[in-house]
Amino acid sequence: MPVHIAPPSGSLPSREMSSAASMRMTVSHLNFFYGAKQTLFDINLGIASNKVTALIGPSGCGKSTLLRTFNRMYETVRHTRLEGDILLEGQDIHLQDVTQLRRRVGMVFQRPNPFPKSIFDNVAYGLRINGTKLPLADAVEKSLRHAALWDEVKDHLHKSAYELSGGQQQRLCIARGLAVEPEVLLLDEPCSALDPISTAKIEELLVQLKDFCTIVIVTHNMQQAARVSDYTAFLLTGQLIEFSPTPHLFTTPTDPRTEAYITGRFG
Amino acid sequence: MTARLRYRKFVSGFMLGMTGLAAFITVAVLFFILGYLVYHGGTSINWAFFTKLPTPVGESGGGMANAIVGSAKLLFLASLIGVPIGFLGGVYLAEFSGGAMAFIVRYAADLLNGVPSIVIGIFAYSLVVLPFKHYSTLAGSFALALMMIPITLRSTEQFLQAVPGELREGAMALGASKWKTIASVIVPAAYRGIITAILLALARVAGETAPLLFTAFGNRFWSPGWEQPTASLPVMIYTYAISPYDDWHRQAWAAGLVLLGLILVVNIVARAILARGVSIPRT
Repeated sequence: MPVHIAPPSGSLPSREMSSAASMRMTVSHLNFFYGAKQTLFDINLGIASNKVTALIGPSGCGKSTLLRTFNRMYETVRHTRLEGDILLEGQDIHLQDVTQLRRRVGMVFQRPNPFPKSIFDNVAYGLRINGTKLPLADAVEKSLRHAALWDEVKDHLHKSAYELSGGQQQRLCIARGLAVEPEVLLLDEPCSALDPISTAKIEELLVQLKDFCTIVIVTHNMQQAARVSDYTAFLLTGQLIEFSPTPHLFTTPTDPRTEAYITGRFG
Repeated sequence: MTARLRYRKFVSGFMLGMTGLAAFITVAVLFFILGYLVYHGGTSINWAFFTKLPTPVGESGGGMANAIVGSAKLLFLASLIGVPIGFLGGVYLAEFSGGAMAFIVRYAADLLNGVPSIVIGIFAYSLVVLPFKHYSTLAGSFALALMMIPITLRSTEQFLQAVPGELREGAMALGASKWKTIASVIVPAAYRGIITAILLALARVAGETAPLLFTAFGNRFWSPGWEQPTASLPVMIYTYAISPYDDWHRQAWAAGLVLLGLILVVNIVARAILARGVSIPRT
């Protein structure tokens, strides 16, 4: 094996990638700071449209931090600072109204967090606060179908969301996120609090959702990334080590650190 | 069994006994007061008590209709003033402030809570009674509102803070502005606690006498509108209890029973509301 000092091979997408898919979001020279401490170092990557991009890496590597920059959720925490550019469809996300941005870039969190309202009101929430004129019932049904939850709840739409199981609540949160028809859906370890069956249902669902929106998923489960994603980014202590199409990264990784991680030598 | 073990068992049993006794005494006192009131005032509670005005001194009969209505008016106006201020202040503390400002507001609220009620009465007197040159329901309500504010504020703050941060994040991630998140997710999630807090604040000020002594003052007749002095249950109890007339004493007992009964009912309802639904997700 050739010995070389490998520069972070995460970079602006390779020619192969950019011709294959247009970029929905582009990140250039992103540096992120928690107070004085820097947690992300010079991240450059592109999120391909209508594909699933996975962010993997050991705990504390910054993958969730990176994800939260995409919809400016980091701004809800004090003393955070960001340098660099993040573009959505070519527009700088920091120049847009943040509430508008978050309608275009939705998020599903690690632990299901439905509101203490009925199932219907949960899904309709995003639509209501954005003042939609659409008939709510149709939009709610559509989202619940996309989230593979409709059949299970169609007769119980006015029950409290808290009566659903964990897996169902998470799918409800996905439906809630989909209801506003975002361009990008960010998922932060969506299955880590769920049982294997719910996990499988959600993974199946993510692959189908590609048709409607671009997906970025953070996961600490490598096999999940391998199953579900088209592109994978490997992060380590705040740096992007490697970013390539999933089959390539998992079978013939370029960087030795990637190989060490995916073969379980550390993690 | 060794002596040491016997000793430990004894201490354990003794402390259990002592703490149990203390708990029993606490509960017993409440029932004792209630029983005393029922015994002395129960017979004087009749239809006349609730519907008749006080009769001239020396004449028997008569009731406290004006005091009951007066107390209701005072509490109503006090809530109208005190609850919005306390609620919005609590929202501010829980959602918008941090650091020094939060500390100052919280500390000020706690201090206000500790101000003696008679001092609040004097304050309301100089602010409302003197400029208007007469006692009024308005002045009394103002004083009671000042007492409701810190209770409502701190409780609202605490119940809002108890709402998990994940709900806030979920709403913001859907494009809700800060205020929309608060109004459509956080407050609805905390509403039971907030209602309880308001009811408890109401129950607390319902029995306050000192602030009313020189604001609402008292009235032997009906008090129309908001700008005349008004009778209230606590002040009536005071006036009648220190009088030399037996009939008035009986009425004072009855008033005490009615007042305590109302306060107990409000307390029980408030806690029932709180107990019925604390919204906690399943996972």
